[in-house]
Amino acid sequence: MRLTKRRQATSTVIGIGLLAVMLFPVYWMVNTSLQSGNVGASSTLVPLHPTLAAYRLALSQQGGDIVTSLTISCGTVLLSLAIAAPAAYVLAKSRIRGRSVILLALVITQMVPGIVIANSLYPAFDQLGLLNSRLGLVLADTSTALPFAILIMRAFMVSLPGEIIEAARVDGAGLVRTFVSIVLPVSRNAVITAGLFAFLFSWSDFLFALTLTTGTNLTPVTLGIYSYLGGEIQSWGPVMATGVLSALPAIVLLAFAQRFIAVGQLNGAVK
Amino acid sequence: MKTRDRPSTLTGGQATASGTPRRTRGRRLRQDRAVTWLFLLPALIYIALFFGYPIVKNVMMGSENYTTATFYTGSAPWVGWANYSSFLSSSLAGTTFLNTAVFTVGSIAGQFTIGLAIALFFRRRFPLSGLLRSLLLLPWLLPLIAGAAVWRWILDQDSGVLNSTLLHLHLVHTSVPWLSSPGMALYSVIIVNVWIGIPFNVTLLYSGMQGIPEEHYEAAAIDGAAGWKAFRYITWPALRPVVTVVLVLGVIYTLKVVDIILGLTGGGPANATQTLATTAYQDSFVQFAFGQGAAVNNILLVVSLLFAGLYLRVNRRASDE
Repeated sequence: MRLTKRRQATSTVIGIGLLAVMLFPVYWMVNTSLQSGNVGASSTLVPLHPTLAAYRLALSQQGGDIVTSLTISCGTVLLSLAIAAPAAYVLAKSRIRGRSVILLALVITQMVPGIVIANSLYPAFDQLGLLNSRLGLVLADTSTALPFAILIMRAFMVSLPGEIIEAARVDGAGLVRTFVSIVLPVSRNAVITAGLFAFLFSWSDFLFALTLTTGTNLTPVTLGIYSYLGGEIQSWGPVMATGVLSALPAIVLLAFAQRFIAVGQLNGAVK
Repeated sequence: MKTRDRPSTLTGGQATASGTPRRTRGRRLRQDRAVTWLFLLPALIYIALFFGYPIVKNVMMGSENYTTATFYTGSAPWVGWANYSSFLSSSLAGTTFLNTAVFTVGSIAGQFTIGLAIALFFRRRFPLSGLLRSLLLLPWLLPLIAGAAVWRWILDQDSGVLNSTLLHLHLVHTSVPWLSSPGMALYSVIIVNVWIGIPFNVTLLYSGMQGIPEEHYEAAAIDGAAGWKAFRYITWPALRPVVTVVLVLGVIYTLKVVDIILGLTGGGPANATQTLATTAYQDSFVQFAFGQGAAVNNILLVVSLLFAGLYLRVNRRASDE
């Protein structure tokens, strides 16, 4: 839609105002995290005397949890990519029996509430000794990331030109070699996108962290935030500082992966 | 059965290139077929273990007296429909169903209307529109529980910024108990969930609008249709398939929300914000009545799958059109 200069300026102003309202909570989080946050003191609208005290406190209380979350998230990325990529390739390029049933199942699994899964995983994990373990959480988080990863990579691989694959076949490359040396490198963007989302799913996982741990010896950062909320909150500074820290890996990853992500792929995965 | 490569082209190429005998080709096809299934197998096993098994197990647990004791004794006596009837006859059941319905409908209505308005707004081209639109996605980078934490602070009755602003502007005379009054808590939780859902709605609706050819609007403009009329007769009909998908997916995602409610209110005060998902959580992981929790979960699962079925139907129709 083309607009006159004046209406364009008005639109920009409205747009900025809209964004200010939508992003206010994010601003407020950062703002509070930079204030001393003494007991009972409420925050001022801008951090007049910015201090990193809250971050120091947050890091001393939640630093270990952040490392725990990072470990679990990286594990989830590796596991889900390792399982999803070959499956995505086969589902994109092979005419195997039952393909449409598998695809349908993958879509439906994304709609099953996590609490249903957690309810049954708890007794099973208890028997297998997987409660309170990083491995257990990686396995559980992969269940959230996997279907999405398969669908998103498949959506990309479907559009790979048949010629490059056939060419490799004619040269005598088997399925495995074609996959490793042709399909994976060409699908780099899709793999990175799937990996990024697997990381984000796992990083922000709260439900499995809450239900599949029982004590205080393993607390991912989401659980750390929740444990703040469970008690009477003396000072919001460290809580908000942890909140900001919990968004950092996502921001860093997105900044790094941005040029690889084709938003167009997302549509393929949603449908 | 067909394998992934088309034998006709391959044979031609190979026969002329190297004169590969038929037997080798047959072996390679068989080999490929085996590898194909090996590629797929880990994923299938994973889905079976982490979706198939839990769902079946949950259906069974729903009819068992599965409690803490079960973990020690290993016995979970079969109780038939007892878990269901004890939940359905409890006073909590009515509250839970009503809360789930109000929470879902309220969240979807809010997210969708505001999301649609913002998406329409961004259809205009103006300086910074692209940047502003991508910044709108910033809340996505926050874990939901962190989003819940900041809202809990904003809505804090005594020192939250919302109440202090409202008091300062003399819009209210006493501080509003956003999260601590049973009458208000559910609405506050809905507001937060609307905030969280807006970027999703804007993104899908906006990309749906990008698919509507500009010529349609130009042709309509000649006929004098602009503004509301253009929306009513061009945008809306063309967007309908996307709208249905957005709404149904919204329902499915809202039904499973646990983080936001637990972070903001923990289901309280006085169960005022307890939904099916949080009730199932409380039963199993707070009361350790896993059988009871499974029963509530199964009800939640049936509702979710009904909407999943609806989604698949509308999605198929949408792609047929």
